[in-house]
Amino acid sequence: MGKTTTSASISTGLAKLGHKTVVIDFDVGLRNLDLIMNCERRVVYDFVNVIQGEASLNQALIKDKRVETLYILPASQTREKEALTKEGVEKVINELSERFDYIVCDSPAGIEHGALMALYYADEAIVVTNPEVSSVRDSDRILGILQSKSRRAEMGQDPVKEHLLLTRYNPDRVEKGEMLSVADVEEILAIPLLGVIPESQIVLNASNQGVPVILEEESDAGQAYEDAVARLLGEEREHRFMSSQKKGFFSRMFKGG
Amino acid sequence: MTDTAASGVTQCFQLKSASVSMTALELYFFEESEFEQTLRDKINQAPGFFKDIPLIISLEKYEGLSSELDFFKIIGTCRRHNIHVIGVRGGNDDQRRLARGAALALLPGGSQRDRDISEPAVDATDSNASSVAAAPNKAQTGSPGHTEPGEPVPARIVSQPVRSGQQVYAPEGDLIILASVQAGAEVLAAGNVHVYGPLRGRALAGIHGAEHARVFCQSLEAELVSIAGHYKISEDLQDNGWKTAVQIQLKDDLLVVTPLDKG
Ligand SMILES: Nc1ncnc2c1ncn2[C@@H]1O[C@H](COP(=O)(O)OP(=O)(O)O)[C@@H](O)[C@H]1O
Ligand SMILES: [Mg+2]
Repeated sequence: MGKTTTSASISTGLAKLGHKTVVIDFDVGLRNLDLIMNCERRVVYDFVNVIQGEASLNQALIKDKRVETLYILPASQTREKEALTKEGVEKVINELSERFDYIVCDSPAGIEHGALMALYYADEAIVVTNPEVSSVRDSDRILGILQSKSRRAEMGQDPVKEHLLLTRYNPDRVEKGEMLSVADVEEILAIPLLGVIPESQIVLNASNQGVPVILEEESDAGQAYEDAVARLLGEEREHRFMSSQKKGFFSRMFKGG
Repeated sequence: MTDTAASGVTQCFQLKSASVSMTALELYFFEESEFEQTLRDKINQAPGFFKDIPLIISLEKYEGLSSELDFFKIIGTCRRHNIHVIGVRGGNDDQRRLARGAALALLPGGSQRDRDISEPAVDATDSNASSVAAAPNKAQTGSPGHTEPGEPVPARIVSQPVRSGQQVYAPEGDLIILASVQAGAEVLAAGNVHVYGPLRGRALAGIHGAEHARVFCQSLEAELVSIAGHYKISEDLQDNGWKTAVQIQLKDDLLVVTPLDKG
């Protein structure tokens, strides 16, 4: 899908611009984020340890080695998913919000407990979708849950601000009719488009090496994430990488710009 | 504990007049497995709607033997599907005695669809302070002031898209959606359903049996459309008016799709 890839790049991108940022892995039992962030060997304590009072936040937070203002709060690999309680998550998020400008929550797949916990306290949500009917349907469901089950919804506050991020986008396959187009997905989900990330081998390579792809500054995927971060912060930027173009055209353009 | 201002005495409760719109099951004959199968089919058409609803059994069109009327089985079958039988309407003395034996409330018969429901709707044996109007076809009369003096039942208005997995329900009046109804979403109304956006999910109008109810939408892309229990699924809808603005109504027990611009 691309949620963890996106969480890693968005949080890295925010931190690179000087914002104090923490990214939390809510995928209890799977623990992918620390692999992509290349800090898996430095995990001592995790999110659940903090919730259960077995460790302090300071003990559990891992400082990123590449970007100054970035921290990672890893998930537990061993605990039950139910260890994430609403109260526990709230306590941790409150504490983090005193120290950080942005808290990025990497949600597990589906609409089960972990996903509900990840979205419950959200002010903004980036809904990561692939250009396929089933993925768009799942995103639609999540949007319904944001509207009805988030804390903002339950408290009757302003709704969670929604962003659409379309990833693993392959314009060639869209042209052949094998994938939904950006316009199709926008039309169905009817929320503002934050960015389109092309399908790219570089993303795979980067995650295998433990590098958030936004740090691959020459790559189209990296630049697409950079654009998305800028838009998240309110900047207006043209969408790119949406149509199939000759490779040479892009590389020339990037060198020139 | 509170003193009621009027009497000055401490009371446990007060009886109020209540008027509730309810679903009636019009029984023609009773055979246990067939009954359950039919019930299951109906529930499948609108899964959310039937959950925990009260139901009355209407005996006006019952043609089977009174001895075959096993209310305990009817109640039990309904209960298994989370439907609560609360009473019977119509029926002869034998049938009503059986119903009473199964602890069901007895409501007077009203064989005419458009019967005047201002007549007292409660059997004299019930409390005379409260009134329960079983009016499954209330929305069908269409003439304002006929059912209740004063205000018509207000429409329920929803301005957000109804997303996959969500359900919106207007138990008494019309339902108006000012956005899309997404695939995997379901909207239900006792009256009409209006969708001022694409209708991609399921829309059920006239769920209590109002056959005049209609579905209106900006773009017909529905998984299912139902009016008063008569339904069409996506593949049967695609030949006519698909992805255009249409209204759908029931004519001679058939769902008819017409473009909105042709009234
Ligand atoms: N834009 C992309 N192009 C190619 N592969 C991608 C892209 N985004 C994600 N992937 C790959 O897809 C897989 C799943 O991604 P991940 O971010 O872990 O998904 P999720 O967290 O939603 O399960 C990973 O192998 C990742 O490298
Ligand atoms: Mg993940």
